Amino acid sequence: MNLDLIFFLLLALIAVATALGMLLSRNAIYSALFLVLNFVTVAVFYLLLGAPFIAMAQITVYAGAIMVLFLFVIMLLGAESLPQEQVLPWQRPLAVLLALALAIESTFIFLTRARPLGDVTQPDESVNTVTNLRALGEALFTQYLLPFEVTSILLLVAMIGAIVLVRKEKRVP
Amino acid sequence: MIPVNYYIILSAILFTIGVVGVLIRRNALIIFMSIELMLNAANLAFVAFSSVIRSFSGQIFVFFVIAVAAAEVAVGLALIVEIFKSKRSIDVDQLSSMKG
Repeated sequence: MNLDLIFFLLLALIAVATALGMLLSRNAIYSALFLVLNFVTVAVFYLLLGAPFIAMAQITVYAGAIMVLFLFVIMLLGAESLPQEQVLPWQRPLAVLLALALAIESTFIFLTRARPLGDVTQPDESVNTVTNLRALGEALFTQYLLPFEVTSILLLVAMIGAIVLVRKEKRVP
Repeated sequence: MIPVNYYIILSAILFTIGVVGVLIRRNALIIFMSIELMLNAANLAFVAFSSVIRSFSGQIFVFFVIAVAAAEVAVGLALIVEIFKSKRSIDVDQLSSMKG
């Protein structure tokens, strides 16, 4: 077992443990903090896969912006924890059972039916980070220019939508 | 060298945890966080495959997914704040006023 594999397994353990912590925490703030840790772990995976730009975007946008927004809303609403009352007693075991079936099925199909794929390419020495970023930027602004512009319109629409939704209605006399 | 299958299996596990979160939690904010976790698992699979086939397309798609997730969170949290203002709760079991 080489060092890469040990590193991968350790990180995978952290990712799964933080995801489970997010799922099982009673307090919503703890859930959000576990999710931040999970996002940072996935960013380290992106670095391992040779995608430094995506890793940094992940930390900036997900861990930085989105989760701060989540924490802000949780504290604004005071919605840390809800009273526990089970409405449907069979719902939770059934959900866990179905999710287990989903996980086993998808893993089984991928392992048995999919064509054998190669190993993940390590970021080798000849392609350094700067040329990698330059190629990514060129692809983004030439081949994928139209989706990029459409994304800007989408962000504008989302901003207007959020402002309109939380705006105070003027009382009509 | 790490086989790409390991990344895909990890992605499937994270996605399943997100599905369980949507199914068993009743706090609307936690359900929302589980959706973010599922998006993240899909992104991990995208980047792993783009690393295998040595192409940038997967990474660029992940970039767009991150932008869409940011827009989704802005609108979704605004909706949750509005629901809290009218219902004084974000328990999804109590949002049954549209039930026929």
